[in-house]
Amino acid sequence: MYDFEIRHPPDAGGHFNGFGGKYAAETLMGPLAELEAAFYASWEDPEFQAERLRLLQQYAGRPTPLYHARRLSEEIGGAQIVLKREDLAHTGAHKINNTIGQALLAKRMGKKRVIAETGAGQHGVASATVAAMFDMQCDVYMGREDMRRQAPNVFRMELLGARVIPVDSGTATLKDALNEALRDWVASCENTFYIIGTVAGPHPYPLMVRQYHVVIGQEARAQSLEQFGRLPDMAIACVGGGSNAMGLLHPLRDDDIRLVAVEPAGYGLDGDDHAASLAAGRPGILHGNLTYLLEDDEGQIKGTHSISAGLDYPGVGPELAAMYEAGRLELETADDNEALQAFSRLSLCEGILPALESSHALAAAMRLAAKMKPEQMLLVNLSGRGDKDLDTVMQKTKEDAT
Amino acid sequence: MSLDRLKNCFERCAAENRAALVGYLTAGDPNPAASEKLLDVLASHVDIVEIGMPFSDPMADGPTIQAASERALAAGTRMRDVFHIALSVRKAHPAAGIVLMGYANVAFAMGYEYFAEQAALAGVDGVLIVDIPPEEAGDFTRALKAHKLCGIRLVAPTSSTARRKLAAEIADGFIYYVSLNGITGAEMGEISEIRTQVDALRQQAKLPICVGFGIKTPEQAHAVAAFSDGVVIGSHFVNCITAHEDNEPAMLSELDKTCAAMRAAMRKGGVGED
Repeated sequence: MYDFEIRHPPDAGGHFNGFGGKYAAETLMGPLAELEAAFYASWEDPEFQAERLRLLQQYAGRPTPLYHARRLSEEIGGAQIVLKREDLAHTGAHKINNTIGQALLAKRMGKKRVIAETGAGQHGVASATVAAMFDMQCDVYMGREDMRRQAPNVFRMELLGARVIPVDSGTATLKDALNEALRDWVASCENTFYIIGTVAGPHPYPLMVRQYHVVIGQEARAQSLEQFGRLPDMAIACVGGGSNAMGLLHPLRDDDIRLVAVEPAGYGLDGDDHAASLAAGRPGILHGNLTYLLEDDEGQIKGTHSISAGLDYPGVGPELAAMYEAGRLELETADDNEALQAFSRLSLCEGILPALESSHALAAAMRLAAKMKPEQMLLVNLSGRGDKDLDTVMQKTKEDAT
Repeated sequence: MSLDRLKNCFERCAAENRAALVGYLTAGDPNPAASEKLLDVLASHVDIVEIGMPFSDPMADGPTIQAASERALAAGTRMRDVFHIALSVRKAHPAAGIVLMGYANVAFAMGYEYFAEQAALAGVDGVLIVDIPPEEAGDFTRALKAHKLCGIRLVAPTSSTARRKLAAEIADGFIYYVSLNGITGAEMGEISEIRTQVDALRQQAKLPICVGFGIKTPEQAHAVAAFSDGVVIGSHFVNCITAHEDNEPAMLSELDKTCAAMRAAMRKGGVGED
C-alpha cells in the first residue's frame, strides 16, 4: 500500500515549475539546509521509515477507512460518493500524519523543543500531541481571533502540555501566527524544530509535508481497487494551504483521474471576504515561497475570510499553484453557506459531522456528483471531524433563525 | 553613480577615523508627510539613510518595526510615497547614501525591472531585500545592476563559510552583518563574538562591513564602531516615533537628539580622544 519513492520532486532549489523556492532571511538559510539534508537522509533510512509507519498505524490509527456514502449518493442521484475518512485519524484530522513525521525528524536532529503555527487549532493539537509523546517542549502560535473561534482546541493543546501563545499582530489569524513562529525560529533554530502545518513555507517544507501526507492518497488508491475493483473518476479536496489536498491528490496525479481543489469563497468572490488564492489571487512571495497570494496591487497581503479557520489563509502550497498552472488541477469554490449546508447534509444523511474545512470539499463534491452518472465514482477527502466547529455552526444557526 | 556614492560614504568616514552611521526609518511612519520630515532629520546626521518599505508581513522584524509598518500602511503609504520620500532626501542631501530595505513581495508585485528603475530615478543607491537570498536573486540582481543599484547582502551568524563567500562575491556597496540570530530590535549578542565574526568575514570580503540588529545605546554603537565600517541603527530610531504618538515636533526633536548621540559614538578609539 505504501511506497517511499519521491514522485514529481522539485528541482534542487525546491521549485515546482518556478513556484516554491527558498525566499527566507539569511539567518534561516543555514537551518533550512540542515533540515533538508536531515529530511533526505531520514527518508532513505529504513529504520526511520519503519518507525514512522509503526506510529502511523498503531498511534494514529492508519489506514483510515474508505467509506462509500450510499445514502448520500442515492439522494443526489449522480456519481457514487466515496469518503476518505481522515476524520477518524487520531486527533480528528489528517494533520497527525505530518506531525508524526516532523517530530520524528526533530528527534533525529536532536531538537528538544518544537514550535508550530495553527489556524483552526488542528495542527496545533496534532503538534502538541506528538510533542507529549516524544517528551518535547511545545509552543504553538495562534492568532487571537482564531483562539476565540476555536476555544476548545486551545484547551486541548493546553491539556496536552503545550503553551499557546496569542498573536495580535496584523489580522491576528493564521498568516500572522506563521510570521510569529518564523520570528521565534530565527532566534531559536539551534535547539528548536519548526513544525509547519501545511505544504507551504520555504523548501524543504512543501516537499516534506507532502511526503508525510501521501499515505492518504496511497491508501485511498489501494482501498479503491480492493473494495470497488476500480479507481475513482474524480478526487476532491479542500484547499487552504493544501496539505490534505496534496496528500490525497499527489499519489493519483499519474492516473487518469480528474483532480479537483475546492477553495473557500467565504461571503463570495466579489469582495475581499474569501480565501480563494488560486481562484482570485496572483503569484507573489510570502512565508518563504513563491505562490498564488491574495494581495493588493502593491503586494500587501490582504486579510481573508472563511467560516473555517483552517482555510483562512491568503496563500496556497506552491506545488498546487504549479499543478493548477499546468492544467492538472481543476478549481472549484464553496462559500460559507454552501459549506454549512454540506455540513448539515452529511450529518443528517450519513451520521458523520465533517469539519467545516472538509465541508467545502463536500459541497463541491455534491454539486459535481449530481452532474455525473451513477456508475461513476467520486472520491472526497473528509480531512477532519466537525466537533471543533460546533460553536461556529451553533452560532450561525442561531443568527439565521433570527 | 550609486556605487560610487556608497563607496565615497565609507571612504569619507575612514578618512575621518570613524565608522559610518546607517540609520533606518520606515517610510510613511507615522504618515507620509511627517515621515518626509523625519527622514530629513535622519539624513542630516547619518551617512547612509536606510528607508524601509512598509510591508503587511514583516517576518524578520520585531514589534517596533512591525508597528512602524502597520502605522505607515494604515496612513495609506504607497510605493509612490516611498520613492517620493527617497527623492526628497536625495535632493536635500546630495552626498548621503540611500538604501531601500524591505521584503520581496513589494518589489515582486511591481516587477523587479520597474522597481529598480523607479528606485534609481528616486536617487536610491542600494537595495536590501530580506527574503531574497542569493539562491533566488538572479532576476532581481540583474534588474538592480541594469540600473546601477547596489544589491546589499546579509550575512548572519548561521551563514556557512560557503555562503559568506557567495555573499562576498555577489554583494555590492556593503555587507550587512546581522549581529544576532533573531529579529530586529532583539537583545544584542556578545560584542567579542561579533568582533571575531566580523574580523573573520574581512578575510573573505573586500567590501565594507556594517553591523546591525539589536544595537540600542551609544555605548554599544561605539563598541561596534571600533571594528566595523558601519553601524546600523533601526528600532532605536523608530522608537522616537513610537514614543510621541501624534506629537510631530516632539518626534522630530527626539530623533534629532538621538541621532546626534549615535553620530558621536561612531568615532573610532576612546571616547576622550576627540
